[in-house]
Amino acid sequence: MAASTASVAPVSSKGKGAGFGNGWGYIFITPVLAFISIFVIIPIAAAFYYSITDYDLLKAPSLADPLWKNYGRLMDDPRYMRSVTNTLFFAGATVPAGVITSLALATLINRQIRTIYFFRAMFYMPVVSSFVAVSLIWLWLYEPQFGLFNDILELFGLDRLKWLRSPDTSMLSIVILSIWKNMGLNMVIYLAGLQGIPPHLMEAADIDGAGRVSKFFNITMPLLAPTTFFVVIVYFIGALQMFVQVWIMTSAIGNGSLTGGPLDSTVTVVVLVYSNAFEYLKMGYASAMSVVLFVVIGLVTLLNAKVLSYDIGY
Amino acid sequence: MAVARTEPVATVRTEGRAWPVTRRTLLYLLMSIIAFVAVFPFLWSLLGSFKSSEDLFEFSVADPGTYLPREFKVDNYSTVWGLNFGRFFFNSAFVAAVITLAHLVLASTAGYAFARLEFRGRDVLFAAVIATLMIPFQVTMVPLFILVKNFPLAGGNDIVGQGGFGLVNTYWGLTVPLFPTAYGTFLLRQFFQTLPRELEDAARIDGASEFRIYWNIILPLSGAALAVLTVFSFQQTWNDFVWPFIITKTEEMKTIQVGLANFRQEFNTDWGLLMAATMVATVPILIMFLMTQRYFVQGIALSGIKG
Repeated sequence: MAASTASVAPVSSKGKGAGFGNGWGYIFITPVLAFISIFVIIPIAAAFYYSITDYDLLKAPSLADPLWKNYGRLMDDPRYMRSVTNTLFFAGATVPAGVITSLALATLINRQIRTIYFFRAMFYMPVVSSFVAVSLIWLWLYEPQFGLFNDILELFGLDRLKWLRSPDTSMLSIVILSIWKNMGLNMVIYLAGLQGIPPHLMEAADIDGAGRVSKFFNITMPLLAPTTFFVVIVYFIGALQMFVQVWIMTSAIGNGSLTGGPLDSTVTVVVLVYSNAFEYLKMGYASAMSVVLFVVIGLVTLLNAKVLSYDIGY
Repeated sequence: MAVARTEPVATVRTEGRAWPVTRRTLLYLLMSIIAFVAVFPFLWSLLGSFKSSEDLFEFSVADPGTYLPREFKVDNYSTVWGLNFGRFFFNSAFVAAVITLAHLVLASTAGYAFARLEFRGRDVLFAAVIATLMIPFQVTMVPLFILVKNFPLAGGNDIVGQGGFGLVNTYWGLTVPLFPTAYGTFLLRQFFQTLPRELEDAARIDGASEFRIYWNIILPLSGAALAVLTVFSFQQTWNDFVWPFIITKTEEMKTIQVGLANFRQEFNTDWGLLMAATMVATVPILIMFLMTQRYFVQGIALSGIKG
């Protein structure tokens, strides 16, 4: 657990002020630094630049007038504002659910039974599959006429639902699929956290007569706090980038620009980044959306780093 | 161990055996239900992929006789394979293999330097590499596309990258932009730090170059960590959708996830066909996962808790 803060710590105190070594160090890191610079750092810088330009890929980018034009338009774009609330709703629903499912599954598999490997593999199967594939499978399950879910509802005497076809239930349907897909995503990380809890703490609590529930909330949860923050960030950043589910499940056939229906109920920020950039060729406007997303994720990450730097000693 | 630890010894002795047995049964029941929920959609899709259209139409949830295909038909699979899925499959395998190989080379060299060599700025540079882990692909995809499209002297472009399509719709465009591997660098650096130093030091005294040490000592000791990265990179690249979706324009270049997504637009409600295509894209990665489960778990445990 203490290692949660150690990721960027120096290997040895000799690392600093060691001069240029024999030069091999630079030779070994140059390839990866070159690729990261060209394909990650430069694009980030470029996104900031394009966000203050008008650029349609055909003519060279020209500075927007005023420079913040694209950002100003974001505020006046109801579809964008809708995508922000949709994305936040999606995050608000899937992040807590992901934390709970991962922790619950970790608790379940935290025991020495031979069959645990079998169960662990089963719990993890949705995680290793692609979002395209599972979205297609669930699209069929949700199908109002031929889908399994409505047949089951009917079997129990309940009304058939329109699932993805109604603005009232469409986002909820995507949320359910996404919770299922990622329920085991951070199970192994929690498992490592659980196994890092020193047994003497639990034994001491037993002697004091603490119950299971009390031990869970008073020992396990506080000790897992750094893990939980990490897990929250992983789910949160993932949720802000949600795209594939919408693209597969709620796009109008043959008309990508209507993706995110019905009535924009499932449109997300990244869906709009995609459609503005690659369908309308509004590279500047799409870049402004990307920059806002980047800043939000950056702030959340910094907050996380700050919280993570408080180590819990025991 | 966990069970024994949390259960006070006295309880077990006085209450006899009935209680632990019930608890264990409940535990298995609960885990079985969750496992069923996790796996069921895949099974349902697999069954559907073998059904004919009439078979699917006659399905009734009240009649378990209709759950299984009346006869297992492979027609859906042969149709799917005829519709370019062979090519998509090859593209995905090729692209995933190239990117995985690149990750192994780049991450192992840089990981070695960051773990073992001493040079000015090492820790700052390592922190910078780690920081890029937090940059989501969706934020860079627009400028990345522009960069690839305007790549100088490629695909009909002039020296300043104008006039052609650059590397769009090429294997170069599909693979090279995904070479950066901050995650892999981090993972292998963490692993290399756990290796004993004695062997290297002996080799250094004998005058071996750093490259020889990396190649002849470090790499042979790192099979497990390299396996972890191989499995991770391959799985991620195989499942990747957004970049290949943006960068491919023709059927010959599409990867299997892109082909699958387009398939959904083309064969709207032909569920048997769609499920066969889904299985072609999914089963290889599930099999790989089941065979290499150990490495997945190691990789997450090694990187996750420390990241």
